[in-house]
Amino acid sequence: MSSGEAIPEQAGRPEDITAVPVRRPGRWVLAAIVLVVAVAIVRSVVTNPNFQWGVVGEYLFDGRILHGLRVTIELTVIAMGIGILLGVLLAIMRLSPNWLVSSASSFYIWFFRGTPVLVQLLFWYNIAALYPKIGLGIPFGPAFIHADANTLITPFAAAILGLGLNEGAYMAEIVRAGIISVDPGQADAAQSLGMTRLQTMRRIVLPQAMRVIIPPTGNETISMLKTSSLASVIVVTELLYASQLIYSVNFKTIPLLIAASFWYIVCTSVLYVGQYYLERYYGRGARDRGATPLQRIRAGLLSVRHQPSQ
Amino acid sequence: MTPPMVKAEAVHKRFGRLEVLKGVSLEVAAGEVMCLLGPSGSGKSTLLRCINHLEKINSGRLSVDGELVGYRQVGEKLHELREGEVARKRSQIGMVFQHFNLFPHMTALDNVTCAPMRVKNESRDGAEARARELLDQVGLGDKVDAYPSQLSGGQQQRVAIARALAMEPKLMLFDEPTSALDPELVGDVLAAMQQLARDGMTMIVVTHEMGFAREVADTVVFMDAGVVVESGKPADVLSDPRHERTRAFLSKVL
Ligand SMILES: Nc1ncnc2c1ncn2[C@@H]1O[C@H](COP(=O)(O)OP(=O)(O)OP(=O)(O)O)[C@@H](O)[C@H]1O
Ligand SMILES: [Mg+2]
Repeated sequence: MSSGEAIPEQAGRPEDITAVPVRRPGRWVLAAIVLVVAVAIVRSVVTNPNFQWGVVGEYLFDGRILHGLRVTIELTVIAMGIGILLGVLLAIMRLSPNWLVSSASSFYIWFFRGTPVLVQLLFWYNIAALYPKIGLGIPFGPAFIHADANTLITPFAAAILGLGLNEGAYMAEIVRAGIISVDPGQADAAQSLGMTRLQTMRRIVLPQAMRVIIPPTGNETISMLKTSSLASVIVVTELLYASQLIYSVNFKTIPLLIAASFWYIVCTSVLYVGQYYLERYYGRGARDRGATPLQRIRAGLLSVRHQPSQ
Repeated sequence: MTPPMVKAEAVHKRFGRLEVLKGVSLEVAAGEVMCLLGPSGSGKSTLLRCINHLEKINSGRLSVDGELVGYRQVGEKLHELREGEVARKRSQIGMVFQHFNLFPHMTALDNVTCAPMRVKNESRDGAEARARELLDQVGLGDKVDAYPSQLSGGQQQRVAIARALAMEPKLMLFDEPTSALDPELVGDVLAAMQQLARDGMTMIVVTHEMGFAREVADTVVFMDAGVVVESGKPADVLSDPRHERTRAFLSKVL
């Protein structure tokens, strides 16, 4: 076949390009190093008797560990709840036209972001030293209800306060970023319809701000799950302290730390998946969201099945 | 004699050191359609926003339907209105924006029912029935369940008009309602506005649509650099302007 005939024949659809790819020996070397290191790590983890995998398995479902896990989850959920509510309130205050209100919010954020959360936890734990009696009543006037600070602020309550109030400062900035990301024309439109500032915020601005607020809030929740382990220093028997209590008696330190880590990773993984779907929900209608990993796997399986045999 | 629907007397508005309105005076009678023309930056949007109290004026007097905007006069003194009162007054003034400003997280129907339900505490059934009627009127009876992102610009603007009308306003403010639209979509929006004018709505329309001004407006006002340069019947102002500035502007837009 002469080339003179071939060209008009193939003009419609040129042949696929089959070029020799550039050789990248560096990549192969790097990949080999990574592989060797990974194998070495796995081998040492599995064969090193000091990990005591048997002991890890023994304690993974121990009642005390599971109780600690529950406390950790409670701390995370309640502290994040407080943090989110406080964050919304502080963000709205920060954007208030009233100078005093907005500076109060700025001051709060400045103060709580400026001190380590560990220090805040210790402060709340020792609050009785500052205010032995806590009362509810008229400012500068008589109090109606009195309580002993030591009975009112239990270690768990101190942890909730410390983690929640600190989280509020961070959530405030996240919510504020979400609010100012919404086109001001939206508030104009709502107000021109006769909605008050609060109605505008609640019905129009916040729902739209959610798309910006959700992803960093997911990160904050994952971070809170881990930060809650700081409550171990104020004798809250959350996951870390529960395992510490056990290994302080039987000295099986490493296996118990591994057991605790295992549950932390399980929880963060669950949160990670939850965050993914929440983001999809609030992104609805905004743009093409693509398939979820599950949908992709399912579609992949189907296409394999339907592939014509060659 | 009934008071004018809108009355502005020597209205001044500053943003910091920038004076945007420098003594604007005008009157709009009930049932009248006024078209507001003027070059970019002349203060047209600002004037509309002042009428709706989205901006506070710095001096002069501005009243809607015989009541001061944003204040109550007691003797010689002006008292600021509380937020709820301002909101209630705004609810009687409809506003349509250049970029529609529909609520993107709500369907067309919810956009229209939102304010009647939240502000006027109407029942869902009542608000929805009326919203369907209004959407039908602007030719969107089949789009009630569409989200704004699924509508064309012209359709969005007509939803915005229906949304404003749902509050049964006594005055409608239009800020360049067609200038963000493709030319072939302008007609539907103008038709809806023309119908509204025919039904007797008092309207102030900022627009560069000279055909609409000529046909629908009772009065045309030309603004430049924060003052009213001239006003009068559309035939007079548009065909035979007295001022050089009006002439220069018209020769550019026509
Ligand atoms: N919130 C604001 N802060 C500061 N300056 C403003 C503000 N709003 C408007 N201005 C200024 O006021 C002037 C008048 O603006 P305005 O939007 O009223 O003009 P316009 O006549 O509507 O113009 P266009 O035809 O471009 O819409 C402009 O110089 C603008 O920059
Ligand atoms: Mg404008």
